[in-house]
Amino acid sequence: MEELALYARLYWEFFKTGVFAIGGGMATVPFLQDISKKTGWFSAADLANMIAVSESTPGPIGINMATYVGFTTGSTLAGSTPFIDALLGVIGAIIATLGLITGSVIIILIIAKFLEQFRDNRYVNAAMYGLRAASVALIAAAGVSIVLISIFRIQNISDWRSAAIDVRCFILAAVIFVATRYIPKVKKWHPIIFILISAGIGIIFHMGA
Amino acid sequence: MSENENQSAAQPPAVQEKVSLWSLFWIFAKIGAMTFGGGYAMLPIITRELCENRDWLTEDEIMDYFAIGQCTPGVIAVNTATFTGRKMRGIAGGIVASLGIVFPSIVIITAIASLLRNFAHLQPVQDALAGIRVCVCILILNAVIKLWKSAVVDIPALIMFIVIFLASVFFDISPIIMVVAAGVCGILLKGRKQEQAAIEAASDAVYEGKTDVPVGKSANSASAEGAAAQNSPDGKEAR
Repeated sequence: MEELALYARLYWEFFKTGVFAIGGGMATVPFLQDISKKTGWFSAADLANMIAVSESTPGPIGINMATYVGFTTGSTLAGSTPFIDALLGVIGAIIATLGLITGSVIIILIIAKFLEQFRDNRYVNAAMYGLRAASVALIAAAGVSIVLISIFRIQNISDWRSAAIDVRCFILAAVIFVATRYIPKVKKWHPIIFILISAGIGIIFHMGA
Repeated sequence: MSENENQSAAQPPAVQEKVSLWSLFWIFAKIGAMTFGGGYAMLPIITRELCENRDWLTEDEIMDYFAIGQCTPGVIAVNTATFTGRKMRGIAGGIVASLGIVFPSIVIITAIASLLRNFAHLQPVQDALAGIRVCVCILILNAVIKLWKSAVVDIPALIMFIVIFLASVFFDISPIIMVVAAGVCGILLKGRKQEQAAIEAASDAVYEGKTDVPVGKSANSASAEGAAAQNSPDGKEAR
C-alpha cells in the first residue's frame, strides 16, 4: 500500500511538472526543486548530480531527469534485497516519466487538429510572452540554489552567514564559464566534455571533502 | 484526420502504406537513443530519420511541430513524437511514438542511477560529483543566458523576470502559481497590443497578396516582441 501511495504521488507531481514546465529541459529544474522541498525524496545536491547525468546521456533532458528522480524515489522504498530495490526503482522511473509526458501527449493530440490556428493565436502568443519570462526567472532561481550548495556549501540563502567560499570551486566555475562562453572552438564542445573535466578536477583536488 | 494536416503539404506524398505501431515505437526509440541534449540539438536527427530516410514528414511539418512544441507544455522531442505518431496512426500512434522516444532514457538512466547509488559512498565518486556540481552551475547559467535573449525582450518582461526571480529565491512559492500568473500577465499586457499588430500585419499581408508566412516570421512584423521570441534559440546561439 505504501508503494502505491508513493507511486501515485510520484505520478501526480510529475504530471504537474509536465503541464507547467514550458521551454525545454532546464525548465523542469525549478519544479524538481519544488518537489525536493515538499517531499524530501532527494536532496538539492542529488538534483545537481541528476542534471549532470541527464546532460551527459542520450535522450531529452527533461525525460532523463524524470527517470532519474523516479528511480531514486522508487528505490528508497524499503526493499528487502538490492534486486527488489532496483525493481521498485525501475517502476518509479517508468511512473515518473509517464507522468511527465501524459499532459503534453493529451494536449498535442487535441491541438493537432487545429495546428495553424493555435500557432498564430494572439492569446497563445501573449501568454507565451509571459511564460518565457517566468521560465527563465525560475531556472535562474533554481540555479542560485544550486550555486549555494555547490560553491558556497550552504543549503539556503538565509544561511548566508555560514557561507564558506571554496576557492577551488570558484576558480573551476570561472574557468568553465570563460571556456564555454568566450573561447572559440572550445565553447562548441558538448557539455559532457566539461562535465568529465570537472569530475577529473574534483577527484584531483578532493573537492568532495 | 486527413483534411486537417498541414497546408504546406498540399501535395500529399504518394500513397503512404500503413506503418505498424511497433515500427513507430522502434523508430522513435532509435531517435531517443541517438540524441544528446534534446530540443534543437535533435533537429538534424529527426529530419534525417523522418523525412530523408522515410517519407513520414516534410521539413515544413517538422518546423511547425517544433514551433508548436515551444509554446506547449512538455519536452519538444516528445511533442514531435506525439504529432508524428498521430499523423501516421491516429491517437494510438501518438501514444506509442511518445512511449518510444522515452524508452531509451528509462533504460540508460536507470542503469546509471543504480551504478551511482552503489558507488556514491566512495570518496573519489564524492569528489567527482562535487566537481561536476560546480560545472552544472555554469551549465544552468549558460541556459539562462541563452533563454534570456528570447524571453526578456522589453521592460515589462524584465520586471516579470525580476519579480519572479526574487520571489522564488527568497520565498517558498510554488512555481506553478508563478507560471500561471505570468501567463495571465502576458495576456493582459500583450493580448490587446498584439491584436492591433495582428490587424496591421494582416492588412500588410493582404496588400502583398500573401497569407501564409513561414514559421518564425508569422504575421507579427509589427511586433518586435513576437518576432524576437519566435526566432530559434539555435540561430542566436550560433553567434
